[in-house]
Amino acid sequence: MSGARPLRVLLAKLGMDTHTVGITVVAHALREAGMEVIFTGLKQTPEAVASAAIQEDVDVVGVSSLSAGHTRSLPRLARLLREAGAADKLLVAGGVIPEEDVPLLEEAGYARIFTMGTDTRQIVAYLTAWGAARSGALQP
Amino acid sequence: MDLAAAVLAGQVAAGARLIRWLDDGDPRGRAALREIYPATGRAHIVGITGPPGAGKSTLVDILIAQERARGRRVAVLAVDPSSPFTGGAILGDRLRMSRHAVDPGVFIRSLGTRGGRGGLSRATYDATAVMDAMGYERIFVETVGVGQEEMDVTALAHSTVIVAVPGLGDEVQAMKAGLLEAGEILVLNKADRDGHAQTLRHLELLVHLRTGTQAADAWHTPLLSAVASRGEGAAAIVAALDAHREHLHRCGEFSLQSGRRSEQQFLAIAGARLRERLLELAPELRAQVRTQQLDPYTAAERLVAALPGPDP
Repeated sequence: MSGARPLRVLLAKLGMDTHTVGITVVAHALREAGMEVIFTGLKQTPEAVASAAIQEDVDVVGVSSLSAGHTRSLPRLARLLREAGAADKLLVAGGVIPEEDVPLLEEAGYARIFTMGTDTRQIVAYLTAWGAARSGALQP
Repeated sequence: MDLAAAVLAGQVAAGARLIRWLDDGDPRGRAALREIYPATGRAHIVGITGPPGAGKSTLVDILIAQERARGRRVAVLAVDPSSPFTGGAILGDRLRMSRHAVDPGVFIRSLGTRGGRGGLSRATYDATAVMDAMGYERIFVETVGVGQEEMDVTALAHSTVIVAVPGLGDEVQAMKAGLLEAGEILVLNKADRDGHAQTLRHLELLVHLRTGTQAADAWHTPLLSAVASRGEGAAAIVAALDAHREHLHRCGEFSLQSGRRSEQQFLAIAGARLRERLLELAPELRAQVRTQQLDPYTAAERLVAALPGPDP
């Protein structure tokens, strides 16, 4: 397996929401697709997630949100990462996020919002394509 | 500031990136490692190993808190198995340590084994070197270990903590087969559980039998109880780690161990490189073995005989 560079993905939950089924299903799908998935735990602050993303030097930060509050905490996480010089990480989110909030999150720096009912294969395909495009861009 | 200088200045983002490069086999990682290597050899590297479910991550969590209470900067490498089929991994150890996430004196990094053996990834040695150069005083390397096959962490670490739990009869058997000999500190976690007293007596006997055969100035493995989920037992474990580090310094083993570790890594790297070269050199011999024209021993002899250098 020498030369293997699996995508590293941090999966996080922000705020008081304790629903873990969605994030667990996604984690297993990403693992099956050959990615390294890092869990940060429940009830994390944006500060804790940003710090973990930097310590783990992940490629992707995925936030699962199944409660209100995402319009504040998700943009805050994006800002913290930018301020820490970690703007190269892909930000995505998923869960119970109303359509009308999507533009706000995209504006904040989230590349893609996976709303309820998204097939995990779509998430895998999106991240795989992003990873391939980026490693293509990194070639000299 | 270049990456190596930033690592030497203790910048977490730089250290994290260098570990990533080394883990990915990126050539830029080796160049930076060369620059930081002279600054390594100071940190006390501590292996934490035991069977799945023994509470290792929770134990590391309370050890971090204990070290921080003593004002020390600490790092953690949490190694979990990668899938041999997909290469993917779910790395969940830092979940148990999440209260330390925003503490600037704590650096926690998860690694998948990525095909590495012995419970370690090939990058584990390199990652400890990076954390060492960043100035962390103690580095905890958490790995899953059930039997001797998975005990490579003992070669990496100055001190190894074996974590056992009550009521795992088979695991105690495994310890008899080698786990116990491998560790310098033995911790019975979940000491509030049923069967605790019985397991403790069993382990005491094993420790006693071992101690009886040792020289007076040898290190005697302490047996400690802990209930990591309640924060109990950490102070005694940190005190034992400090004592073992002192012991290693006193008998000159601390730097000797670091040297042996570097030598081991050198041999492993050289071995892997040589293997690649040999595979390039020997396509005909390999084909002859594959088609059963030649037996494997004769093929190996011919390959070695074709190499320059003195006869073995």
